[in-house]
Amino acid sequence: MSDYVAGTTQSQQQPPAGSHRAAPPPFVPPPGVTPDGGASTISDAVRDYTLRVRQGELGSLPAVLGIILLTVVFAIAEPSLFSVAGLSDVLQQAAAPITLAMGLVFVLLLGEIDLSAAVVGSTAAAFGVIWTVKHGTPWYIAIILAMLFGTVCGTALGWLRARLGIPSFVVTLAAYLSFQGVLDFIAGTSSGLSMGNNSVFFNLIGGRLSQVGGWIFLVVFVLGYALVKWFQRADRTRQNLPVEAMSIFWLRVGALVIGGAVFVYLCNANELTLSWQKREGLYLGGVPWAVPIIAVLGVILTFVLSKTRYGRHIYAVGGNTEAARRAGIPVRAVRTSVFAICSGMAAISGLFLGSQVGAVNATSSLGNTLLLGVAAAVIGGTSLAGGRGRVMDAVLGGIALTILIFGMSDLLKNSDNAQWEDIVTGVVLLIAAGVDATSRHAGRASG
Amino acid sequence: MNENEPILRMRGINKSFGPVSVLKGVDFEAHAGEVTALVGDNGAGKSTLVKCIGGTYTVDDGVIEFNGAPVRVHGPRDASALGIEIVYQDLALCDNLDIVQNMFLGRERRTSRSRTLDETTMERLAGETLASLSVRTVKSVRQKVSSLSGGQRQTVAIAKAVLWNSKVVILDEPTAALGVAQTAEVLRLVRSLADQGVAVILISHNMNDVLQVSDRIAALYLGQMAAQVKRSEVTHTQIVELITAGRSGHLGLQLEDALSTNGAVI
Repeated sequence: MSDYVAGTTQSQQQPPAGSHRAAPPPFVPPPGVTPDGGASTISDAVRDYTLRVRQGELGSLPAVLGIILLTVVFAIAEPSLFSVAGLSDVLQQAAAPITLAMGLVFVLLLGEIDLSAAVVGSTAAAFGVIWTVKHGTPWYIAIILAMLFGTVCGTALGWLRARLGIPSFVVTLAAYLSFQGVLDFIAGTSSGLSMGNNSVFFNLIGGRLSQVGGWIFLVVFVLGYALVKWFQRADRTRQNLPVEAMSIFWLRVGALVIGGAVFVYLCNANELTLSWQKREGLYLGGVPWAVPIIAVLGVILTFVLSKTRYGRHIYAVGGNTEAARRAGIPVRAVRTSVFAICSGMAAISGLFLGSQVGAVNATSSLGNTLLLGVAAAVIGGTSLAGGRGRVMDAVLGGIALTILIFGMSDLLKNSDNAQWEDIVTGVVLLIAAGVDATSRHAGRASG
Repeated sequence: MNENEPILRMRGINKSFGPVSVLKGVDFEAHAGEVTALVGDNGAGKSTLVKCIGGTYTVDDGVIEFNGAPVRVHGPRDASALGIEIVYQDLALCDNLDIVQNMFLGRERRTSRSRTLDETTMERLAGETLASLSVRTVKSVRQKVSSLSGGQRQTVAIAKAVLWNSKVVILDEPTAALGVAQTAEVLRLVRSLADQGVAVILISHNMNDVLQVSDRIAALYLGQMAAQVKRSEVTHTQIVELITAGRSGHLGLQLEDALSTNGAVI
C-alpha cells in the first residue's frame, strides 16, 4: 500500500479540477457544534434558560416575578383584593395600557418613541364614536375607520421621522400637543363624547363572554397553540434538526391547559356575593371581552413580528440600521410603518380607555396613559434602545403594572391615591429602564 | 473557463476626488480559488480600489472585466448581482439577531405555501455552510451575535459569503482586532474559502498573515500598482520594500514612475 495517502479527508475537500465549486459535503454536525433550537431534556431547558438570564437576556422574567410577588403581597395586605371581582377588574383596567403597549413595542423595537400615541388613539376613538353615534355606522366599520384614522396619523409621523429625519421625540411631542387641541374641539365638553348606552363600544370593557363561551375560547386557544407547536416540531424533525423533548412540549401544553382552566373557572364564578344578590339569583361573571380581543391582537402581531420577513426586518433595523441598509432592507419604509402600526393600535386602546367611562374625554388620555403604555412594554422586557422586545412583553408588563396600581389604590383608599399612583408608576418605569440598561451592558460579549 | 484566466481583472483604473488623484492607472486581477493579498501603506488607495470593485465608487476611467467580459459596476447591487461580496471591518452584523438570521438577512427564505419565514430550512443551510468550512468554534447557530467573540463574528461574516455562492469575496482587515488563536482560525477560514473555488481578496497590514495565507500579492504604492506577484516569488523584505518605496530591485515601479508620483522627492 505504498500509494496510501494519509491526508485523505483533506484531499477530498479539494474541488475537482475544472469545477468551480465543490459540492458541499452532507451535513454532519462536527463534535462541539450542536445547532440547537430545542433542548433535549427538561434539565437542559432549565440550564439554557438560566444561562440566557445570566447573559442579560431577562426577557419577561421581571414582569412574571412582579405579577406573582405583587399578587402575594397585596393578597396578604388587603385580602379583599384577592377576589374573583379583583381578577376581572385588573383585566378590564389593563386592557387600555396593554393594547397601547402592543403598538408601542413596534416603535420601541426601532429605538424610537411615540409620545403622541395615547392622544392620537383617543382622537381616533372619538372619530369612530362620531361615526356610530351620529351617523349610525355599524360598530365594526367604525372600528376599522378609527384604526384607519390612527394609521394615517401614524404614517404622517413616521414619514416626518424617516424622510425628514426629525427626531421622533420632537415629532411626536408636537403631535401630542396638536392632537390634544383637536381632541378638545371634538370631545371638549364636560361629559365628553358619549359612546351611547349598550352600544358595542360602551360594552367593550364591561362586556363578558358567557360561561360556555369562555370554555370554548380556552379550547380554541389551547388547540391552536398545540397545533402550531406540533407542526413546528414536525418540520424540524423532517429537516433533521434537533427538537425539543416531547416532555417539554407536553409540559407547555399542560401548563396552558391547567392555567387556562383555573383562569376561566375564576372568571366564570359569580362576583355578586352579597346575600340579597344571591337570593335574587343575580349573576355577574364570565371572561371579559378584553381577554379574547387582546389574545387575537396578540397572536396577529406576534405572527407579524416573528414569522414574516417584515417582522425580521424590524428587528434588523432596530439592531443595526447600517447592516440592515447594506442587506437591502428598505429602512425608511420600515421606520415609517412602525409608527403607523403603533397609532393604529392606539385607536383600539383609545376605545378601551373611553369605554371605561362610556365616553371619550378630552382629558382621558392626558397624564400618565402613555407613560403606562411605555412602562408596560419596558417592564415586560422590551428595550428602550431598540432591537429587543415582543408583543407578549406588553401583555405581561401591562398586567403587572395594573396589579401594582390597583393594589396601591386599594391599600391607600382612605387617602387621595391618584398622586401615589403617579409616583409609583414613575418610579417603576425608572426601575424597568434601569434593569433594561444594565442587562444590555451584561449581554455584551468580551473579546 | 480557462484556469489561468482571472475571474476579476481591472485595467488602467483611474479614480480621483476633485483635484486629488487616488488611483493612477491601476491594473489588478484576482483568480478563482486563490487568495490575493492587497497590501500598501495608509493612503495607498487600497480602500478606494476595493470600493470601486464593490460599486460604492464608480471608476473615472478604466475597464473592469468579470469572467472575461467587461462589466459596469454602478452600485453595491450591481456588485452583489455579479457575486462580489465585501466583508467590511465593522462587519455589518445585527447583534440582536442570531447567526442564522444574520446569514440570511435581507434574503430570508419563505415557505412556498404560507409565505412565512422558513426557519428550519434556513437553520439547516446555515449549519451546513458552517460545517463545510469546518467551523468548530461556534456552539450553536441559534446563538445571538452579541454573545460571539470578534473571531466568531468574522467567521459568520465569511460564512455568509459562502452561503450566497459569492464568486469574489473581499475581506477588509479581517484579523485587525483579533488575538493569536482567533487570527489562526480566521486565516484557516480564508484558506478554505479559496479552496472552495472563491476568489478571495485580502486586505491586510499584517505581513505574517499575508505571507501565510496568500497565493498572490498586489502592492499598491501611492495610487499605483507597484507589483502583482506570486507569493512564492518574493521574500518578506521585498514586500516591505514594495510597500514603503514602491520598488524592490527589478520589481516594482521604475525610478521615473516613482519620481512622477513623488514629485520632487529624490
